[in-house]
Amino acid sequence: MSAKTLYDKLWESHLVRSDEDGTALIYIDRHLLHEVTSPQAFEGLRLAGRKPWRADANLATPDHNVPTTDRAGGVADIADPVSRTQVETLDANCREFAITEFEMLDHRQGIVHVIGPEQGATLPGMTVVCGDSHTSTHGAMGALAFGIGTSEVEHVLATQCLIQKQSKAMLIRVEGEVGAGVTAKDIVLAVIGEIGTAGGTGYAIEFAGSAIEALSIEGRLTLCNMTIEAGARAGFVAVDDKTIDYVKGRPYAPTGENWERAVAYWRTLHSDEGAEFDSVLTLDAAAIKPQVTWGTSPEMVAGIDQPVPDPADESDSVKAKGMSRALDYMGLEAGTPICEIELDKVFIGSCTNSRIEDLRAAARIAEGRRVAERVKLALVVPGSGLVKAQAEAEGLDRIFIDAGFEWREPGCSMCLAMNADRLEPGERCASTSNRNFEGRQGQGGRTHLVSPAMAAAAAVNGRFVDITLKEY
Amino acid sequence: MEKFETFTGIVCPLDRSNVDTDAIIPKQFLKSIKRSGFGPNLFDEWRYLDHGEPGMDNSKRAVNPDFVLNDPRYQGAQILLARKNFGCGSSREHAPWALADYGFRVILAPSFADIFFSNCFKNGLLPIVLEEDIVDKLFRLASEDPALRIGVDLQAQQLFPGGEAMPFEVDPFRKHCLLQGLDDIGLTLQQVDAIRTYEARRKSEAPWLFS
Repeated sequence: MSAKTLYDKLWESHLVRSDEDGTALIYIDRHLLHEVTSPQAFEGLRLAGRKPWRADANLATPDHNVPTTDRAGGVADIADPVSRTQVETLDANCREFAITEFEMLDHRQGIVHVIGPEQGATLPGMTVVCGDSHTSTHGAMGALAFGIGTSEVEHVLATQCLIQKQSKAMLIRVEGEVGAGVTAKDIVLAVIGEIGTAGGTGYAIEFAGSAIEALSIEGRLTLCNMTIEAGARAGFVAVDDKTIDYVKGRPYAPTGENWERAVAYWRTLHSDEGAEFDSVLTLDAAAIKPQVTWGTSPEMVAGIDQPVPDPADESDSVKAKGMSRALDYMGLEAGTPICEIELDKVFIGSCTNSRIEDLRAAARIAEGRRVAERVKLALVVPGSGLVKAQAEAEGLDRIFIDAGFEWREPGCSMCLAMNADRLEPGERCASTSNRNFEGRQGQGGRTHLVSPAMAAAAAVNGRFVDITLKEY
Repeated sequence: MEKFETFTGIVCPLDRSNVDTDAIIPKQFLKSIKRSGFGPNLFDEWRYLDHGEPGMDNSKRAVNPDFVLNDPRYQGAQILLARKNFGCGSSREHAPWALADYGFRVILAPSFADIFFSNCFKNGLLPIVLEEDIVDKLFRLASEDPALRIGVDLQAQQLFPGGEAMPFEVDPFRKHCLLQGLDDIGLTLQQVDAIRTYEARRKSEAPWLFS
């Protein structure tokens, strides 16, 4: 038998059938739903008189639209009537079709990409899909996970399958040890800076190498989360002891004899020695500095010790034009040292960086310090109700509040500003989220993507600082 | 889905790379629970001078005269000409819904983001990948007056930008579905037996996935 990549193994084990031209029907083990991309899919089911193929393979939660301020009044109290309708529609659809939903006031509610692994609802070896591009997150568990559109949401509901073609396989090895203060977020931003936002288009990316093995599961979730920002629908990491330890005992994880069988299977979920990839890239972990994006695409990124680049130095004219437009939108001058950029707001949260490890890293910097005078709002939004409870049990909420941060209820919040949390035109934000597109955090808002520790340090200094310096 | 018929349409040139789906349809319009009506808010932040919200009367809003969609030459355009990595970012299918609702039927670009590319076909939109130098040439032609018109023949896989026919590639399965106006769910449900067989086998191999 020829050596297989992890991607081959995940793909082949879910193949229901395939045609000569490579068009395949693949089986979906877990379907996650949220309120924004599902209503039209449920409506489609209803119009066609169809039922979910397997209601128990679905898990839903509202996250994009939910307020992060006091929710005691429940869904009826969501101020924006259009947001409220969307959350109510999800609740009604899940009831009608007998789909498990962690509703807004359920203590397990949270960002769909945080609760999947947290509940053990995403397991190694699964195919996991959701009407959300950041579904790539779940690849950290050794799963094949990718985002889909609403037509495909309806397709999965109705058939438990998707029509797909196998992608090409890319291997990204990050070797060596990262320096102190350098996190999974910095690794993935450095990868995107290297290959570009379209570098992974058409590929599924396996992350490997000693720096990836050294990451915690939380770190790997951050890494795989932003695979889509490199253009690849799916990114994943091979299963190891950390993966199995992480899954053990979670509510949806197998138990007893099933656990033993599952673990035996999961241990096969790695690329075989000698497996061939269509593309291979190796990065030196030690060379990665804390990363800060300076433009309006995640590939527009630099190390904290770098200046904002000059479009005049770019030989590709289309690219140079894009850089000039980005600098104009961001209100930045070429050549400005990144650490001289001052901030108006800080956002710590999102499916990229709202897990307990992220909050601990930010709290470590915030402890005993104060949010700078010029920072109007510094927001900490935990990824789920369970993350929030854990953080509170560890006293992290007190650290943040004492330092002048706001401590909020879980949801997507200012990552995409569908709820009330947003930037005003011209405001500049250090954000632990995943997209710095024009208007992403509010029309005219300027986003700089960073790690949680970098965001916390920016909050207490009012500008970016190099957290690898010894005072941190 | 309607069948994709041969047509000739005006080409609107959008000269930016990495156009993301947040730009195609900003998030405030994602709160709708319908599939239709997104066209007036396509490229909302670039197209209008004020901040758009759902429920506004778009005919009363001040338009940005510098944005290409508002150029009188490109009114009624059915073909969008774009740069590389078009449709990157969020998986929102509201992006192809908005493009189709506006009246676009074809998008020409050197490359597309994967999820957006797949979403287009589900909505009768044909995304066509062309070589970068051909795209450059089309941008030059499309910026002239009167606007460039291109014929699109999906069956023959040819574009007619005036003069010679220009061939393009398309996945045979996607082509078939567009030409016949087929929806994927109907096709997949013809495979019920294969799905049941797979499930039975998987259940015995990996029972924890079904408990």
